[in-house]
Amino acid sequence: MTTRYTQDHEYIRLEGNIGIVGISNYAQEQLGDIVFVELPAIGATFKKGDEAAVVESVKAASEIYAPASGKVVEINDALSDEPGLINSDPANGGWIFKIEVSDSGELDSLMDEAAYADHTA
Amino acid sequence: MADGSTNDLKKTALYDRHVAAGGRIVEFGGYALPVQYAGIVAEHNHTRQAASLFDVSHMGQVVVTGPDHATTIKALETITPADLASLAPGEMRYTVLLNANGGIEDDLIITRPAKGQAEDGVMLMVVNAARKAHDLRFMQEALEGVVRFELRADLSLIALQGPRAVEVLAKHTALAEQLGFMQAGPTEIGGIKANISRSGYTGEDGFEISIANGDAEAVFDLLVADPLVEPAGLGARDSLRLEAGLCLYGHDMDDTIDPVSASLLFAIGKRRRTEGGFTGADKVLAVIADGPAKKRVGIQFEGRQPVREGAELVDAEGKSLGTVTSGTFAPTAQASIAMGYVPAELATPGQPVVAMVRGKAIAGTIAKTPFVPQRYVRKTN
Repeated sequence: MTTRYTQDHEYIRLEGNIGIVGISNYAQEQLGDIVFVELPAIGATFKKGDEAAVVESVKAASEIYAPASGKVVEINDALSDEPGLINSDPANGGWIFKIEVSDSGELDSLMDEAAYADHTA
Repeated sequence: MADGSTNDLKKTALYDRHVAAGGRIVEFGGYALPVQYAGIVAEHNHTRQAASLFDVSHMGQVVVTGPDHATTIKALETITPADLASLAPGEMRYTVLLNANGGIEDDLIITRPAKGQAEDGVMLMVVNAARKAHDLRFMQEALEGVVRFELRADLSLIALQGPRAVEVLAKHTALAEQLGFMQAGPTEIGGIKANISRSGYTGEDGFEISIANGDAEAVFDLLVADPLVEPAGLGARDSLRLEAGLCLYGHDMDDTIDPVSASLLFAIGKRRRTEGGFTGADKVLAVIADGPAKKRVGIQFEGRQPVREGAELVDAEGKSLGTVTSGTFAPTAQASIAMGYVPAELATPGQPVVAMVRGKAIAGTIAKTPFVPQRYVRKTN
């Protein structure tokens, strides 16, 4: 199980060929209280870097970009009623969508845990 | 997501306190100010439940000086539509600064000093941070040689807001309990000279406290040490004022919008509606007589999705009606609320309206404001 991070603070955790996508703990701290999440449609296909979801705090809306190309296979419906899960548990309960990754090689250009820690230092 | 550099910005006297308290600093009106400390929702809720302390020193505190009270009032009544002549000592009034087209140059609070607080002919103003340089030029030009305007950059302003604000401030000054909503006077807080008023921008009971910059940290420390009080930032200030149905200049109205269209008729004194005699009166009185073409309204949307400034409002057929000027998911109302402009014939509560957000239609209805009941404590002299 590897977790990789983008410059824009999304994470993708690969389990087989399925990538679980959310935002980092650093990102949720920066955004503050999340009040709404616009989820992608199941079956939607994205290229790496496409806008895939929107996370909204009281103050602002932030786009979530696909960390890798692929097809959305599952979305976190729990966020519709409880968007604050992204604040309380960004890495687990606050995941946003799962994507069937078409080329896992795309993840090589993303940051690992240590590089991301430097990025947000 | 990274905040831009805040190095070139002006700092209030409380800047170090904001940083020390974990405030996240952003730019607002040219100032480096905290958007939040603990979190916007927590600060919002604390303000509705207890008392919060806001640094609003970025706002412009202006002293107006004329030869005598009558001259100063007459002068100010030429640039604002308020009935200022009826203000008793220690009373304050919300109004607008108007241009020749009846457009709103700024919104402001004008206070008549309490007895013995200032020389005869002095009035006090608080104007918006982003407009203070502009307002000074505009007012000086209009009233050259009649009254003088002085921006008091040597003063700080902090707002203590919430249902328990009076309990907190009463520990330091008896004046807190004596004042009613929109009343003001001089006092001391912890031995420090302060001018306080029972007013604010949250819809809650509360006070605004004007002190010398050199005393700001001491007063801030004294008040924030109270277990009922937490510091709050600009984020909560914005969500609180929106729930309270209060306008934000440059967003909910600007120099192209008259106060009638902005649903600020209460900023125009009854006497002034018949007498006129203020800048832009011909335009404004014509809008009162004929009714405005468009009007500022409150809107409540279905679901949780925020509908923010700039979102287009349309009817069921998709025809454009107007624009949202402020909006968010409101922590106390627990609803997606907004303000915006719609044609006057649709500006009645219950009318359906649709907002377009990222290509998606969000259903809403025109709603009464405030969205959350105001809890001002009024007292008559």
